[in-house]
Amino acid sequence: MFKSIRIRAAVTIIICLAALVYLAPTLTSELPDAWKQYLPTDKIHLGLDLQGGMHLVLEVETAKAVESTLARTANDLKENLMENRIRFKLREQTKDSNLAFEFPDAASRDAFDKLLKNQYPDLEVAASEMTDGKGAVSLRVKAKRAEEIKKMAVEQSLETIRNRVDQFGISEPEIIPQGTDRIIVQLPGVKDTARAKNLIGRTALLEFKLVDDEHSLEDALKGNIPEGDMIAQEIRLDRTTGRRSEIPLLIKSKPLLTGEALDSAKVQIGDRFGEPHVSIKFNAQGAKDFDRITAENVKKRLAIVLDGVVHSAPVIQERISGGQAQITGAFTMEEASDLAIVLRAGALPAPVNILEERTVGPSLGQDSIDKGTWASIIAGILIFIFMFIYYKSTGLIADVALAMNMLLLLGVMAAFKATLTLPGIAGIVLTIGMAVDANVLINERIREELRLGKTPRAAIEAGYAKAFLTIFDSNVTTLVAALFLFGFGTGPVKGFAVTLTIGIVVSMFTAVFVTRIIFDYFVWNRKIQRISI
Amino acid sequence: MEIIKTNTQFDFVRLMKPAVIVSIAVIVLGIASLIWHGGPNYGIDFAGGSLIQIKFKDDPHADKIRAALKPMGFEGSIIQKFGPNEVIVRTAESGADPKGLTNRLEESLQAAFGKGAYEVRRIEVVGPKVGKDLTRKAILAIVFSWIGILIYVGVRFEFRYALGGIIALIHDVLITITFLSLFDKEFDLNIVAALLTIIGYSINDTIVIFDRIRENTRKNVKMSLFDVINVSVNQTLSRTILTSLTVLMVLVILFFFGGAVIHDFTFALLVGTIAGVYSTVFIASPIVLLFERIKPSGMKGKR
Repeated sequence: MFKSIRIRAAVTIIICLAALVYLAPTLTSELPDAWKQYLPTDKIHLGLDLQGGMHLVLEVETAKAVESTLARTANDLKENLMENRIRFKLREQTKDSNLAFEFPDAASRDAFDKLLKNQYPDLEVAASEMTDGKGAVSLRVKAKRAEEIKKMAVEQSLETIRNRVDQFGISEPEIIPQGTDRIIVQLPGVKDTARAKNLIGRTALLEFKLVDDEHSLEDALKGNIPEGDMIAQEIRLDRTTGRRSEIPLLIKSKPLLTGEALDSAKVQIGDRFGEPHVSIKFNAQGAKDFDRITAENVKKRLAIVLDGVVHSAPVIQERISGGQAQITGAFTMEEASDLAIVLRAGALPAPVNILEERTVGPSLGQDSIDKGTWASIIAGILIFIFMFIYYKSTGLIADVALAMNMLLLLGVMAAFKATLTLPGIAGIVLTIGMAVDANVLINERIREELRLGKTPRAAIEAGYAKAFLTIFDSNVTTLVAALFLFGFGTGPVKGFAVTLTIGIVVSMFTAVFVTRIIFDYFVWNRKIQRISI
Repeated sequence: MEIIKTNTQFDFVRLMKPAVIVSIAVIVLGIASLIWHGGPNYGIDFAGGSLIQIKFKDDPHADKIRAALKPMGFEGSIIQKFGPNEVIVRTAESGADPKGLTNRLEESLQAAFGKGAYEVRRIEVVGPKVGKDLTRKAILAIVFSWIGILIYVGVRFEFRYALGGIIALIHDVLITITFLSLFDKEFDLNIVAALLTIIGYSINDTIVIFDRIRENTRKNVKMSLFDVINVSVNQTLSRTILTSLTVLMVLVILFFFGGAVIHDFTFALLVGTIAGVYSTVFIASPIVLLFERIKPSGMKGKR
């Protein structure tokens, strides 16, 4: 290896300087401007458990995305069948949510098959039966297509949630996919967690549906819902009491327009009562559709439905051109602004569930940092003294290595943008205890060699040579465990694996390479005759 | 300074039988304890559920907290003291609607204690699906780390050494679980991290002795493995004790100063480290010897 002490010392000093440069932003906040321009300015990244924040694991209900695709296609297919004058009857939807048709004769069945084959490549026949000349067919989305839809749903959800979070104004959020249908959202420093969850988790499917005033609501409530209708709840807010009430409303199932037709959405304050509402602007196609819809349905009521809940159902007074509309309703300012955000970011293609939530308040994080720092300092001092008492001057060499180990460990964390967590701090403390092991191994070996009557120089030579393989083998096995720890862990535990791994690798350098330089210096250059060990 | 005199000649190998009996007894005790407690005391990470950490201005009474949380349907929850004026509330509810949990909690606490008298410092809600996933992952991580170490040691040494090492590791994990169960500690993600660290640390210790055995076998071809092991364990004894001492020192510091959040984690590490040293000396090497008796090694005579 490097024989020259000078070269080895130079390498060590350069590495330590580099670590210092990376650590500087963490140590002081007053860096000179020149530094900020050319040198690293990132502080050591703290995990959510130290800086406070929220960690969410979301599950995208991908099956629902497939279902809604099937439902949409079914509507289209139905209209198509009617246009083509193919006689059919829609069967009650069964539990497995397959779409089923009934045909009175073979001719219709054949026509249907042809239509299906030519125009609906995503659908396939799940089962078909013939009884008394009547054919029944149930359809489903092809498996391959279903997989695609599921994958798309996750990707789209990821994108949508990212947009929403960005607009919510949280610095350094982390939104990453996990497995096939999960999304991890990390929001450092978020204060109003309930609001954040609501913003991220709601589907935000906006639909415009006509209110059915022709049929009786009472009848429908008794269970007699007219075909093509559904019952939805309208939320009303009593401004004087602040109480919310729900009123049932009979509306058409088919949406005339959805949130996809939106171009933008923003919060506005009403002129008269200072009530917040969301004003929306349709895109070109949306504006055209809205124009036509309002023209065709003057004097009818149009319900604005968000995630199945009616927010308002104003009467269409006249044809509305220009592609502008307002969503009024029972909003507080915050709710209106959140609604604008989710409308701008778009709807989630499928509902999401919160599977896991971990929230840490900022004060707890600070407590953990304080306690961790104290534990590290006390542990460091204790080991420092212990090594000195046990090995005398040689112990001091190990102490130098230990101090350097801490410097490099933190430096590497800063350089690689690794995350420091509370278990991570425990990992650092543990490293303090374990890093001296290599020096213990070496020193014990040197003692043994000295006992055999070797000169200091020969003893050091032999001690390092013999201890090296042991140190290497034992550290690699520890690394194997640390590696699996990293693969297994989430958040905090991963941080622990990181500090442990870096600690082990760095300790190989400081305890073997660096201490040897000091030894060699004293034995070669100063020609000492006795080692104080 | 020396803690261990240089020429110790303890007959460790002869102590193997009683040592194994002691270990088995402890592990049986652990199994009994697990049965007594109805399985491991899984934390919310694995069982699913909610955990809420609340800090109060004044020392709160558990009954008052319980009463305050009653409207939330949290009657069945476990309330633990967690440092001064601080409690942890644990329930099995993994949030039929986790979205509303925070709000309901704030409402209930505010009604009972008034605004500003408390601070919700941590909320964790883990659904049952995630819990199952994490359990599977934890077991896989531990088993795979064993296999990884088995392969590495098998390649670097001999398969019998690898087996000795792994049995020692399984021993350490079992002993740690025993003590966790005896003290009724919760099994959570941090404990799994601790178990994996114990695995990494204990094998480290074991390798040092194996390395010495390997070296001594080559040096003294005529010496029986029985004696080689004894000599090797004795030669490395001072290092084994010294290193364990430094690690135990920092763990004790972490235990007392590291804060309540990592208390159990440190506890597991303390137990595991002691078990690791014990198994290194009394379990790992004798097992190598046992295999030697069954089928003599080819290593002797290797260069």
